[in-house]
Amino acid sequence: MTALFWRDLRLALRAGGGFGLGLAFFFIVAVLVPLGVGPEPTTLARIAPGICWVAALLASLLSLDRLFALDQEDGSLDLLATAPLPLESVATAKTAAHWVTTGLPLTLASPVVAMLLNLPAAGYPWLVAALFLGTPALSAIGTFGAALTVGLKRGGLLLSLLVLPLYIPTLIFGAEVVRRGAVGMTATPPLILLAGITAGAIGLLPFASAAALRMNLR
Amino acid sequence: MSLWEYANPKKFMETSGRILPWASGLAAVALCVGLVWGFFFTPDDYRQGSTVKIIYIHVPSAMMAINIWVMMLVTSLIWLVRRHHVSALAAKAAAPIGLTMTLIALATGALWGQPMWGTWWAWDPRLTSFLILCLFYLGYMALWQAIDNPDTAADLTAVLCLVGSVFALLSRYAVNFWSQGLHQGASLSLDKKENVSDVFYFPLLVSIAGFVALFVALMLLRTRTEIRGRRLRALMARQRGA
Amino acid sequence: MGLLTVSDLHCARGGIAVLQGLSLTLEPGQALVLRGPNGCGKTTLLRTLAGLQPPLSGTITCPTDSMAYAAHADGLKATLSVVENLTFWASIFGQTDIEPALVAMDLHSLANRAAQNLSAGQKRRLGLARLMVTGRPLWLLDEPTVSLDTHACDLFVAMLARHLEMGGGALLATHIPIDLATAQLLDLTPYRADPNTQAPDGFDEAFL
Repeated sequence: MTALFWRDLRLALRAGGGFGLGLAFFFIVAVLVPLGVGPEPTTLARIAPGICWVAALLASLLSLDRLFALDQEDGSLDLLATAPLPLESVATAKTAAHWVTTGLPLTLASPVVAMLLNLPAAGYPWLVAALFLGTPALSAIGTFGAALTVGLKRGGLLLSLLVLPLYIPTLIFGAEVVRRGAVGMTATPPLILLAGITAGAIGLLPFASAAALRMNLR
Repeated sequence: MSLWEYANPKKFMETSGRILPWASGLAAVALCVGLVWGFFFTPDDYRQGSTVKIIYIHVPSAMMAINIWVMMLVTSLIWLVRRHHVSALAAKAAAPIGLTMTLIALATGALWGQPMWGTWWAWDPRLTSFLILCLFYLGYMALWQAIDNPDTAADLTAVLCLVGSVFALLSRYAVNFWSQGLHQGASLSLDKKENVSDVFYFPLLVSIAGFVALFVALMLLRTRTEIRGRRLRALMARQRGA
Repeated sequence: MGLLTVSDLHCARGGIAVLQGLSLTLEPGQALVLRGPNGCGKTTLLRTLAGLQPPLSGTITCPTDSMAYAAHADGLKATLSVVENLTFWASIFGQTDIEPALVAMDLHSLANRAAQNLSAGQKRRLGLARLMVTGRPLWLLDEPTVSLDTHACDLFVAMLARHLEMGGGALLATHIPIDLATAQLLDLTPYRADPNTQAPDGFDEAFL
């Protein structure tokens, strides 16, 4: 399982692996929003939590359709399915690699984006904490979506349609944490709920992903 | 005689063929009675005036929108566990009906909300959950559309339905957490005193029965069509092979 | 118990039955070459045996985790080098030593080259070397010799022979004669499914 994780990480870092694309996309969305909304600091400060989270959702969506599709094209997926490694572990390793290449960089870079969007200083730790706890759920849900659509020729668009509604609870709790944190309210209850969703998603969704992969391989 | 015998396509076609005219008839009668009674023979509400009468469409369609998803969840589970084709096809057949019910509920809600709350749309928890439910129906139907092999499609959509149900429920609570909202509480419940009054209650029950019968009729009809489609596929495959 | 026992196997591809009533056994040290025209179900049979698709009916008995499957696609990552690709598959199968595989398929001179810079034949050699690092006794090979030159073919046959000597077994689908004394031929043509037979429950025929 760790071997698969390191391989995916290495592939992402090599040329053409697409590492950093998600991060760049995150920045571009965050830069475009003020251009569309106007430069007024109070408006930006109010929408900053939501923008950060929506940008994070979209950025983590970006690389999902390649998650299993590349392995299927070159036959690795068939070979992995016949390997002693259960597909549940394959899904977990993929989730972990996806998180390390998108969710983690987003989390680390989020203070810069928050600064661009004029988020109140009190919100910074909450933003980082919420993204750190919430983005693993995005990766796990995305892995499930990718497993559902792995056999399809044009799975990318369908994947977004399937995955985005599943992102809703994470988005709501995640943005709520930052919103409350930014205005100085206690933000722990939504943070705990967010962590709960992440724990559930990481714990249970690999089984659903593996089931979907098995169905697709038949 | 076990319940599972109806999962045999032949047996299902026979039985559903017999039920279908009755269900359609019941739907027509109950809807006519319920709606006419509700629209023309109930008093106007003292606060809401005649706009209240949209309740006879709004509440039943909203109930059906949720119940149809639950029914799809059950049939999906049956397909995954017992692999009865009819079950998977029933889930497939129900989805567009569920989507339509959701859209009716949203549209009538908007029509009702405009005079009452002064807005077509508000990001109220109930309204938002229905919008989210609508997205889940769309995703489910899109996945059915996208996959060629019907058995794989049945498998994957069933898994999506299971996972989707959990997330739909989570979204419901998340949305409640997120905004307090304008929508009134439940219109119907068995043991609460704050129910709608009897004058509105009985025609509402009749039109709910009408909506249920309508759903049963449409669902049977659509499932029968799906079964015929699969039968056609099988015949064509056999012909190609021969 | 032999390496593989198959009895009365029925397989389908895309919902259409292609093979029926196939029975075979494979003992350690034995190789079976599958023959038959295109589309007769060689790949389907191998995929079914590898557990990638369920059979319509029939039983497949073999010790758990004994099979290594090599498909048309080699499962190589273009940006990883030869050694990295092999090391990855070795660790997936819980092995550590990739040296014998490099030697067997003469890959030492290419060891650090990225897979995307290999020729088709060199990629195939790497794909076949992958079998060595699985450490599994039963090889299921789908057209293993495609795009191999005669020298590489000889390397492959030598590797296969050594594998059989060590008590392994192999099932090959190929059109090229394999120069191997112990190999037996199995023609799949007699097992082609009759499209008019009633297929068992589990696909469209259930609706007739």
